[in-house]
Amino acid sequence: MINLSGSIAGVHFKNPLVMASGTFGFGKEYAQYYDISVLGGIAGKGLTLHPKSGNEGLRVFETPSGMLNSVGLENPGIKHFLENEAGFWEGLDLARIVNLGGDHIDEYIEGALLINQDSRIREAKGLKAVDIIELNISCPNVKEGGLAYGIKTEKAREVVREVRAVTSIPLVIKLSPNAEDLVSMAVMCEEEGADGVSLINTISAMKIDVYKRKSVFRNLYAGLSGPAIKPIALRMVHQVASRVNIPVIGVGGITSATDVIEFIMAGASLVQIGTYNFVNIHAGEELLSGITEFMNNEGIQTLDEIRGII
Amino acid sequence: MAEIMSNIQVSPGVFRIKISGKYEGRIGQFYMLRGSRIDPLLSRPLSIFDLKDHYIEFLYQVVGEGTHLFASLKRGDSLNLVGPLGNGFPDIEGRTALVGGGIGIAPLYFAAKQLRDTDIYLGFREEACLVTDFNSISSNVRIKVGGSILDEVVFEDYDHILVCGPTGMLKAAKQKQVEQDYHGNVYVSVENKMACGIGACLVCSVKGPEGTKRACVEGPVFLAKEVDLDD
Repeated sequence: MINLSGSIAGVHFKNPLVMASGTFGFGKEYAQYYDISVLGGIAGKGLTLHPKSGNEGLRVFETPSGMLNSVGLENPGIKHFLENEAGFWEGLDLARIVNLGGDHIDEYIEGALLINQDSRIREAKGLKAVDIIELNISCPNVKEGGLAYGIKTEKAREVVREVRAVTSIPLVIKLSPNAEDLVSMAVMCEEEGADGVSLINTISAMKIDVYKRKSVFRNLYAGLSGPAIKPIALRMVHQVASRVNIPVIGVGGITSATDVIEFIMAGASLVQIGTYNFVNIHAGEELLSGITEFMNNEGIQTLDEIRGII
Repeated sequence: MAEIMSNIQVSPGVFRIKISGKYEGRIGQFYMLRGSRIDPLLSRPLSIFDLKDHYIEFLYQVVGEGTHLFASLKRGDSLNLVGPLGNGFPDIEGRTALVGGGIGIAPLYFAAKQLRDTDIYLGFREEACLVTDFNSISSNVRIKVGGSILDEVVFEDYDHILVCGPTGMLKAAKQKQVEQDYHGNVYVSVENKMACGIGACLVCSVKGPEGTKRACVEGPVFLAKEVDLDD
């Protein structure tokens, strides 16, 4: 019998497939197409303390084997999520991850406090909607904060420490490939008591309209995702996983079951599927059967047998 | 995967593709289409051109890699379809002008077949296409090649104006409504680039006085006054 399960800080994942923040809404859209409870988990659309209307102008541009996005963290705000979406999450049989973003350290703290408080209230009623907070210090598409915290380890340390101090909910830090020193960033997260790290977020990138002689994006740069970034993500996951003892969630360009296996072999505990959801509306369930088939064919019983073997 | 019955060039760079199967959809709704390969990465949103018991048709213009790939497909080849998506045009009664510019004529054929009491206005930059097809379903088709077809539409003669075309045309329709203090409904179908097509990724968001809306779910059809139209 194949066992695909894993865990982060005691949170159970029935398999390593987690849908990445920003590509899966809060799960309702894809739930119209397949039973999302087959998934290991979902990370909801990145939330900030206050609602954000996101960036102006063009927000997406296709590139060879990839895409650039400049959504700019459009979201309804944490309160709206807790009041209107979290109820749907209560009924989901999978690991539920809130992705928390911010422009400033105070917003991260206040956001984490709100989520923590909400969890206590639900807990008193015997309910639960959030299993993990994924702290997003790596969005390249917002001008203030976001990526600013994701680049310098010591600046990020303040955010991780403060957020860790105000919440008992398991905490994963989503790291940016644009960090000055990604490995030291991950080591810092472990030192500050994070329960895991997820990487990579999109790579800061660019597209110029040569006829208009300007960037196609009002924000100048945008975030590159998709299969084009997978080899880079894999290398980064490998480097980080070999240096930290907390679980690593591998993210970046996965479009097949063997891509998932590569990340596991590079040392990832779990993986996140992002852009591939746009390519294949049934990505989650199809990757799951692909992984099972691979393990059957290769005679692998648990992912632990192959995790970090490279 | 669905089988292609035909894929015919109807004017330079414009193709009409017929795909076998039983499909649903209202006027103004769209499907996400893609080939079997991973690259080009994103599916292409195409609005329903026509729908019958055993097939669906789309009209598309070759503008980039995705549509270029579509143009190379032959009878017997296959494509992936997800849909119908989006809100489509609302159920309306009364006199209606259907105004299309360029490839924006695509959803109007299906609309003209379903709505009663319509006049059709089609504008093209260089060469008209599908004139015979539109004439076969309506005796009130006006065609203009070069210039603005919108200038030919007397808004006051209609209860509703449905516009589909380049953003400049949608903006002009919105402006004309304001300038003429037209009290009927001006609907525009926006053609924002999309990724997921089902409302999860927020790359196709449209801003407006009532906040942000998703072109793929709350749209692609909006009342002109509901949306800010960017170039």
